[in-house]
Amino acid sequence: MKAFGYARAADPADAVARFRPGTMYLGGGTNLVDLMRLGVAEPEALVDVSRLPLSGIEPEGDGLRVGAAVRNSDLATHPLVRERYPMLARAVLAGASGQVRNMATVAGNLLQRTRCPYFQDVSKPCNKRRPGSGCPAIAGDHANLAVLGHSPACVATHPSDLAVALVALEARVHVTGPGGTRVVPMPGLHRLPGDEPQRDTVLEPGELVTAVTLPAPPPGASLYRKVRERASFAFALVSIAAVLDVAPGGTVAGCRIALGGVAHVPWRAERAERVLRGAPAGEEAFLRAAEAELEGAEPLPRNAYKVPLARNLIVRTLLELTP
Amino acid sequence: MEITLEVNGVPHTVVVDPRISLLDLLRERLELTGSKKGCDHGQCGACTVLIDGRRALSCLALAVAQEGSEITTVEGLAGDGQLHPLQAAFLEHDALQCGYCTPGQLCSAVGMLAERGPSAVTEELTGEPELTAAEIRERMSGNLCRCGAYPNIVTAIAAVAR
Ligand SMILES: Cc1cc2nc3c(=O)[nH]c(=O)nc-3n(C[C@H](O)[C@H](O)[C@H](O)COP(=O)(O)OP(=O)(O)OC[C@H]3O[C@@H](n4cnc5c(N)ncnc54)[C@H](O)[C@@H]3O)c2cc1C
Ligand code: SF4
Ligand code: FES
Ligand code: FES
Repeated sequence: MKAFGYARAADPADAVARFRPGTMYLGGGTNLVDLMRLGVAEPEALVDVSRLPLSGIEPEGDGLRVGAAVRNSDLATHPLVRERYPMLARAVLAGASGQVRNMATVAGNLLQRTRCPYFQDVSKPCNKRRPGSGCPAIAGDHANLAVLGHSPACVATHPSDLAVALVALEARVHVTGPGGTRVVPMPGLHRLPGDEPQRDTVLEPGELVTAVTLPAPPPGASLYRKVRERASFAFALVSIAAVLDVAPGGTVAGCRIALGGVAHVPWRAERAERVLRGAPAGEEAFLRAAEAELEGAEPLPRNAYKVPLARNLIVRTLLELTP
Repeated sequence: MEITLEVNGVPHTVVVDPRISLLDLLRERLELTGSKKGCDHGQCGACTVLIDGRRALSCLALAVAQEGSEITTVEGLAGDGQLHPLQAAFLEHDALQCGYCTPGQLCSAVGMLAERGPSAVTEELTGEPELTAAEIRERMSGNLCRCGAYPNIVTAIAAVAR
């Protein structure tokens, strides 16, 4: 590991003031420390933001404000989250292990990097790690990489479960940086790879995430479902966060669908949502919606399984949510 | 950089390179070799310790970030010549073979039994679930055992949870 300096920030303003090119913010370290050990991340300095006074969860209007330094386990077990945003609690509980969730922060979870095997191996080329060096995943091991929205430069997926639920809940990410403070809506924090796969998100250098706010929970029933290679402690092959509100006449009054494991971003399934709104809730409409969404899929030779998997997951989950 | 932290109730002031993990500090500087290095990537749980009472992975924790923390390792679980109830249960139920994963299993189980709230397998999100075998398995899924001693590990933890 390359030598680096370390400082614990006193408050958000102090963290931002300490930022220089080459500095990285340190949350729980569960992703960053690993990437430093692998040689993938080589910060010159770490500014520790894990103990900033950003660890509260409080009601705000009809919604909720979650501090950026809240640990994943505290988010999942908070009474207001369990009662009002069960899908969010479920998504967090579906990720990693008890130990990792105790360490991992909300901001760190959203900003964790892809688990693409080439990205994590510095002996291999990778456009995300070394822009312009190529993408060996396209002709190589892409079994768990993207089927939607990828580019010839990068086919990585975003690994977070939490982010998928936050996209379906239309959360807002509050940031402060050298250029001032701003609010980034989700979806919209993460970006598609295009020809700049080195940029996972729209955040600018030095921007610090301070909080995530949730609007009032959308009406309807919700679920988070995750398909993986083993029943626990594994990243998603495909996951879904879904909310379905069925009117008394049996038509879909409202719905939200977000998919994990299929793209460089937590994927909001807008095409499926458009098909569903006003349609009679039932298998026929659910299948049409899933197919509309996945029409745009461009699977690679070894991840084509994700397309029927995502389709079946959408249909099954919506059926389960139908009263 | 100089940091002060408490390990198993004993205060230590040490000068550390920012690169070293809490695990390496414990094992190589403080000669507490109970915590094990299985993977050094957060994937196996062998390095689990309690940081301020909560279970955490010492391989992914930077030592320099532990200023002011209270750490408990497997060496600190027994008190006054008395095994911790989980240690006794692991012996009684034969919850180990080679023993490499055991310190991590023990620290993880101590932390887990102090945690409240649901897990991924809990049906009712808002209640306090009973610690069934399925709950214990899910909550301990961050601790791998190459010897496959899982059935007895679950039995031992269940005996203490009751
Ligand atoms: C074995 C293993 C299994 C896992 N399985 C899953 C899984 O199934 N599902 C899942 O979702 N996750 C999983 N994870 C990932 C885990 O959730 C993330 O590593 C964790 O959420 C990252 O949070 P952190 O606070 O430790 O971030 P860090 O590692 O500290 O930081 C991650 C990134 O965020 C940046 N950062 C941190 N805080 C801020 C801030 N406030 N503002 C701006 N930038 C910031 C850092 O600079 C860094 O780039 C797993 C991890 C491991 C080790
Ligand atoms: S898919 Fe993206 S992260 Fe993986 S090797 Fe290609 S460029 Fe790198
Ligand atoms: S050594 Fe820390 S999790 Fe494996
Ligand atoms: S007893 Fe050998 S690894 Fe668990």
